[in-house]
Amino acid sequence: MNWLLVVAGGMAGAPLRFLTDRFVQSRLGTAFPWGTFTVNVAGSLVLGLVTGAVAAGAASSDLYLLLGTGLCGALTTYSTFSYETLRLAADGARWRAAANVAASVAAGLAAVSAGAALAEALWG
Amino acid sequence: MTTGAPRPATTDATPGSSAPHPAGAHAADPHVAGRPSPHTGASEPSAERPAPAHSRTQPPWQGQWPAVGAIALGGGVGAALRYGATLLWPTAPGTFPATILLVNAVGCALMGVLMALITERGAPHPLLRPFLGTGVLGGFTTFSTYTADVRHLTDTGRLPLGLAYLAATLLAALAAVWAAHAGTRYALTRRGGAR
Repeated sequence: MNWLLVVAGGMAGAPLRFLTDRFVQSRLGTAFPWGTFTVNVAGSLVLGLVTGAVAAGAASSDLYLLLGTGLCGALTTYSTFSYETLRLAADGARWRAAANVAASVAAGLAAVSAGAALAEALWG
Repeated sequence: MTTGAPRPATTDATPGSSAPHPAGAHAADPHVAGRPSPHTGASEPSAERPAPAHSRTQPPWQGQWPAVGAIALGGGVGAALRYGATLLWPTAPGTFPATILLVNAVGCALMGVLMALITERGAPHPLLRPFLGTGVLGGFTTFSTYTADVRHLTDTGRLPLGLAYLAATLLAALAAVWAAHAGTRYALTRRGGAR
């Protein structure tokens, strides 16, 4: 049962990342990896919210496996983030590579904290 | 070395062109045209037929259903592998999340290998990159668990440990993708010469 929840979440999260990435890139262009940035920040926000909900007893551990481990885990990605950073650096865009790392980590941390604060406000 | 892929160049992945992309050329590589990106496996399935010029009004899933299916399957596999790793090597809350660090570093290394192979040798099937890169490796590695774990450590009075985890994951992931990519390219060019 646990495995099914994780797989189901992963099967939704990965295509959602792909489609979000395409959508964002079609709007903001491809000079900076805004698509991956967007999914990583959005996934961190939702995970903060889900973790907070579970901690407050408002959500079950099953929901955590589905939405946290499965959906948010697959919606966000470290491999594409690091590959895109490598590409930027290798193509001479060192500042954009560094900005991608700094902005992704800072915004991801802010988002996970915002999600947790929201959960606290809702169910704390 | 341009695309490296034995497939007809589509309108949205013109080899050698590094001009700014026109609106709607979002299926092309984000950084340098002709170099594959893990996310834009998008351009591969559409290589089967001439890709229509995408307009801003077209939804992002236009013509992408085979890729979306491959990515969903891969995402399920990747998430399950990550979950399995955390069951095999559990780390207690409040301690250094070594398993997720390892998962992310291994996923980044495999992404480096995959992208170098596809760049140098081409993809044997147009859905390979969406399935393995965007799906399996994208689903296997995670950014949200990373940020949540950093926050958990720093919020529960373990600031040095949280910062160490933050930096160690970044260093391991970037070193892994760089070393694996460079190593694979080196091995391929030594063995058969770049095509």
